[in-house]
Amino acid sequence: MHSSNQVEAQITRLIREDWGRLLAVLTGFGGDLTLAEDCLQDAVVAALQAWPRDGLPKAPDAWLIATARRKAIDRLRRSRTAENKAEAVALWHWQHAPEAQELQTLPDKRLELIFTCCHPALDQKSRVALTLRAVGGLTTGEIAAAFVDKQDAMAARLTRAKKKIASAGIRFRLPDAEDLPDRIDGVLKVLYLIFNEGHRGSSDQLTRTDLAEEAIRLGRVLTACLPHHLEAKGLLALMLLTEARRLARKGPSGEFIPLEDQARSRWDRGKIREGRALVEEVLSIGPPGPYALQAAISALHAEARDFASTDWSQIVALYDLLWTLQPNPVVLVNCAVAQSYAADPKTALAQLEATGAGQHLQAYQPYHACRADLLARQGRYEEALSAYDRAISMTEAPEEIAFLKTRRAAVETR
Amino acid sequence: MQFMLLIYSQEGSGPQPGTDEFGPFIGAYMGFTQKMKDEGKLISGEGLQPVATATTLSIRDGKTQTVDGPFAETKEQLGGYYLLELEDLDEALKCAAEIPTATYGRVEVRPVAVYD
Repeated sequence: MHSSNQVEAQITRLIREDWGRLLAVLTGFGGDLTLAEDCLQDAVVAALQAWPRDGLPKAPDAWLIATARRKAIDRLRRSRTAENKAEAVALWHWQHAPEAQELQTLPDKRLELIFTCCHPALDQKSRVALTLRAVGGLTTGEIAAAFVDKQDAMAARLTRAKKKIASAGIRFRLPDAEDLPDRIDGVLKVLYLIFNEGHRGSSDQLTRTDLAEEAIRLGRVLTACLPHHLEAKGLLALMLLTEARRLARKGPSGEFIPLEDQARSRWDRGKIREGRALVEEVLSIGPPGPYALQAAISALHAEARDFASTDWSQIVALYDLLWTLQPNPVVLVNCAVAQSYAADPKTALAQLEATGAGQHLQAYQPYHACRADLLARQGRYEEALSAYDRAISMTEAPEEIAFLKTRRAAVETR
Repeated sequence: MQFMLLIYSQEGSGPQPGTDEFGPFIGAYMGFTQKMKDEGKLISGEGLQPVATATTLSIRDGKTQTVDGPFAETKEQLGGYYLLELEDLDEALKCAAEIPTATYGRVEVRPVAVYD
């Protein structure tokens, strides 16, 4: 006998783990994402009634697919008007869909689902939300909470996106070969947005869905579907290596702890191992893209026993490579930090100011924070203090202000 | 399915008659139209007279009003269209990218509604 709690836990686990896979298979039957989602939801409701009563079926996923399919056929029969050609075609497809003994025997359509959710004709935020809902199996409420959005607004956004997919001619298929590189870049960007959103959350939002973990899970799905794509692996590695340091990045009262002062024993060794293995694999195969380069830099930090023994010159070399692919202020400032340890703060500052001349750096807060640190470390204290003031005036995040003020005070009371 | 590709640009912003760019520009349009015809995708496609020739009509309370000028005074104006029979949005976007005006104006892609 199964207790209803056990069954519910089982169903919840199935929904989380297999939702994307199930939904992709069902969408593949008729090409209609909305209908597939509604019917999968129906099947889940039916499972919650039947399984506690009859026990778990031998292949729960096959049970869900068969039930969802019956529900779809019912819905189409009920709504069908005699002349509606499109629905007649859809009904035929659902009726002739392959029978499944278990999910694994059906073709994996998750990649089609991912590309549909990340289609460039949808706006960025909808791509993110739809990917979390359709591929990740998060509920609308969970997604709304993660983005500190109202549930109605999020539901409306998801409905709008699905309506556009259905009516604008976005087909449930893989992109043409010539479009593939751009479209994969788009998917990677969506995953990285989800990941970064997860890291933006402050520590007091305990109920917030863990988007960083979700992004890593989606990254695993993507690398499973695209085993030869180096940047997909690079991104997964970058997310793992960044996430590995998350706990160490925050102090007991939520304050930001810079890499220099982090307790390395708090780093997640499992994630570091996995991330490093991916980086090594990518670097051994081909020229690394921006995600793989950032992951490689992160791996070098993770490998160092302590801050002082970090391989800074290797990190500078990687940042130089990254700069050729992505010449932007973030890369420039990070490179200057590495340079200040590989060489010295004076050299780093000179290079930062020379390369940064045409980069609109004045409006970039980390530039001033970095400058302040480089100035202080070569004894130019007055200039360092005013650079800290400038940096502090440019941010509104309380943890950042607190961090910069502590740094400034250290210079003032040296 | 059918897609309408609506071509918008600021009048006078593209290659002008009498310039070196005009010949290749018109050639590119003719090439695109011919390609769509050869591939069996072209339903129709035309360029429009300048917006100065537009007249806008409305009927309110049974009274017909005509106004000189376009529906909306915007910087970029509708200057032409293609109606194409295509597989899906991806194909429509690829066709839109081949329309010469896309490099300085905009092409709006709209699926045609089906009532069945």
